[in-house]
Order: sequence, then structure tokens, then C-alpha cells
Amino acid sequence: MCQVDEDYNGQLDRDEVLSFSKKCVKCKEATAVLVIRAGDMFCSGCFKEYFVHKFRAMLGKNRIIFPGERVLLAVSGGPSSCSMLNQVQEGLSQNAHKKLRFIPGIVYIDEGGALGLSVEERQRTVDELQSMFKATGFPYHILPLEEVFDLPSSVLEESSPSSEQPDITYKAAVDHFIQTNRNCYLSPEKQADLTGLNIQESHTHSLQQIFGSIKTLTAKEDLLQTLRQHLLVHTARSKGYSKLMLGDNCTRLAVKLLASISLGRGAQLAIDTGFSDLRYGDIITVRPMRDYSAKEVSFYNHMYNVPSVFIPTLDTKTTDKASVLRLTESFVTKLQAHFPSTVSTIYRLVGIINLLYMYICEWFSMFIVCVCVGGGLGLVVYKQGGIVCGQKSLEKHLYCYSCLRLTSFL
Amino acid sequence: MAAPIALRLQFGGGAELLFDGVKEHQVTLPSQSEPWDMKQLLVWIQRNLLKERPELFVQGDSVRPGILVLINDADWELMGELEYQLQDQDNVVFISTLHGG
Repeated sequence: MCQVDEDYNGQLDRDEVLSFSKKCVKCKEATAVLVIRAGDMFCSGCFKEYFVHKFRAMLGKNRIIFPGERVLLAVSGGPSSCSMLNQVQEGLSQNAHKKLRFIPGIVYIDEGGALGLSVEERQRTVDELQSMFKATGFPYHILPLEEVFDLPSSVLEESSPSSEQPDITYKAAVDHFIQTNRNCYLSPEKQADLTGLNIQESHTHSLQQIFGSIKTLTAKEDLLQTLRQHLLVHTARSKGYSKLMLGDNCTRLAVKLLASISLGRGAQLAIDTGFSDLRYGDIITVRPMRDYSAKEVSFYNHMYNVPSVFIPTLDTKTTDKASVLRLTESFVTKLQAHFPSTVSTIYRLVGIINLLYMYICEWFSMFIVCVCVGGGLGLVVYKQGGIVCGQKSLEKHLYCYSCLRLTSFL
Repeated sequence: MAAPIALRLQFGGGAELLFDGVKEHQVTLPSQSEPWDMKQLLVWIQRNLLKERPELFVQGDSVRPGILVLINDADWELMGELEYQLQDQDNVVFISTLHGG
């Protein structure tokens, strides 16, 4: 019998869970193979259904990708983006329930130049990814990060959406699409013919010089992120895509959220971590993987043989305190191990911030580097500027607090 | 006396970097008086397979948070985590979830 002052510790709960038969919470028949969040156990089949359904529901609920639209999938080779690619592939297949209806393309940006990898290593990774992309049948674009030097300065400006998109509701668009395409399916575009990376050595050298001159890993990571983002948006624009899909998962976004606050990017939290990012005007960035935890993605990829390529990045094999992002990641994952609702709690903040953000973004001007609309803390600085475009001219630029602090490390 | 146990170990998600880039290992644990459990396996891995940076793989008695462990394709949380007793021909997978997106 229970005693009033008996000490129940967490161990007791854990033993109770394990000693009960571990049946799937959904079908209640098969043995559970995975625990998601606190206490949700799924069997293999139910987990797959849940995983696939979540992806389609995420796109369907947000109603932002119209039928027939061209969507660029940014694949880094990592598990989340490869999982996203796999889900798009499955979703577009003929016999899919609630078929997806857009036209995908793939882009991979090879960052080996910034990481100091040799050309052979970079080519090896590219070859591996190329065979993976070819198997999907979608057109793909593989670009070296060095191409960032060829970006026009217009990449830093918000563009208005192309006039082709008529003012039409999502539902009407879907109905119209179904009627006109009743018995045919979206034929995939012809795959691009690529003969390998086209890298200019002088650009690689410049890139290495820039990254070499940055004193802290935090600033390096931030610059890499910014350059990558600009190149992705430019690629989407120049190749005629109207949407960009990023593969950030829930865990990563929770970490990014906390790290952003530490870096002074609180004002841009909503667009940096929300489902859709409208800062570029004509290109809308979406994050369909944002409801999946890293554990779910890894498990799914392993069970259903989703190929991915591990590519080392700036903070591979670094210590916990090497950068703000690494420290935050370490903090969140350790906390998550003991308190399984950590990530989802952090992540729910985004939804709240998003609502507030919608009201304030109209009145403020745009910041030059992160292209974010921010409030009142923008500092007009005369700087030897244009590091992003590779130009060296004394120009008047508007920097947000965070980017200004980080550029001081250059 | 427990007989020697043959295991298939797999490392993924970047964890293989700590093992010379080798993703699959077929190992045989020597026989000992008590049955092998996961806790002892981790110590064994640290001593015999891990090439560098042990703090990126193990933390105290357990694996570092962020590393997903699967035993015979099931989450180890459902199998008892460190207390799970290994059996012959078991398949143990360690996937680092700390990288990539």
C-alpha cells in the first residue's frame, strides 16, 4: 500500500514502463520498436505511416505550395534533407495516397572550399551524391560555394514576386489543377547533364582566406550559413523556382532558436525557425521537416534504407565549447536525454513569436547581410562592405546588431 | 560461464569518424563468467575499437546524448538501455544524430 512519505524516484516509473508488454500505442498489436517523446511507442509499420503522414499533412495544412509549382530542395547530404528528398519522391509517386503535386529540383552546395577539403575529397562526395540524385529522376544542380563570388548584389534585396502567380486561393488552385490534369501525372523534368564541379582556384583561395581570417568558430559558422543561404536563394531565382525547401529538423531548429537569442538575433527568430520564410519576396523558403525530431529522422532512415552521405562540416569533432552553436546543441541534447519534452517546448515558442512578428515587419527597413526586417536596432555603418558580393567599396550599409558584431571578427 | 558472443556493430551519422571511418564491425566478445550487458560492451568498445576522442562517444557510463542506439532494429530504451543482456548474433547500431540536416 502507498505510504504518505515514501520516496518515489524516477527509477520506479522507468521500471514500470519496461515491465509492461511493449505494444505499439497505435495498433496495440505489434511490438513497439521506437520511443518518441515521452512514452509514445510505435511499431515499425505504424511509425512509417506516422512519418509519411506528417510530411503530407505539413504541406497540406500550410497550403503554401501550389500545384504545378517548381520547388527547389536544398539537400546537404545529411539525414534530414535526404529524408525530405525521400518523402518528396514517395509523395510524387503514382500510387501515393494524397499525392504531392509540385515539380521538384535538387540543389547541393559543396562547401569544401571553406572547410579546406582537397579537390579529390570534394569530387568524391559529389560523385556519391550525384548517383543518389540521379536515382531520384529529378533535375539536380551541384554548385561549389565559390560561386558566391559571382552573385549579383541584387541577392541582398527583396524582390517582388513574379507577376505570373495569379491571385487565387489554394483550394481553387488545387481544384483547377485536378480538373485539367485528371488522367496524367506531372512528368519529371529532364535531368541536367553534369560533368563535375567547376571550381575556380582563385575563388577557392579567396574563400579560404576569408574563413582563415575569422577568429572565432561562431563567426565562421554564421558566415557559412549566410553565404549558403544567399547562394541557395540565387539558384532558386536564376533557375526559375518559386519555393525553396530546407531540411531543418525540430531538434536543429530548437538549438538554432536558443543560439540565435545568444547571438543577438532575437528579432529574426520567427523567420529563421518558422515554417515559411518570406524575407526574399519572390522566393519563399519552407521547412517541411520542422516537426520531426533528429531521432525520428535517423531511425526512419536506418529502417527504410534512406541513403545519406555524411559530410564533415566546420564543427565536426570540435569540443562542446568550440562555438555558441555547439554549446547550445550540447546543452539541448543533454537536457533532452533526461527531459524528453525539452525540444518540443522550445519549439513551440516559435509559433508564438511568429504571430507577433507578422505585425511588426511592415514598418522597418531591411538589414543588408541577413536580409531580415528588424526593429529599431539597425545601425547604419560606413564599412568597407560587400563581403558577400566580393566587392570592396565604401558603402553605407544597414546591419542588424548580430551581423554587425559578427562582421567585427572579419 | 557464458560462451563468446559474436556481434555485428554498425556506426552511422558521423560516429564512424571515431572508428577510422569503418561503419561495420563484426566482433566477438570473449567468454566471461557473467553475461555481457550493454554497459560492459561500451567499455569494451572504448578499449578496443574507439580510435580517438572518447568523449565524443561515451559520457560516463552511457553513450553521449545525441547518439541513437538500436539493438536488433529496436530502440534501446525499450530493451533496458544499459542493463540489456547481449545475446549471440545481436546487431547493435550507433547513429549520431548530432549532425546533418
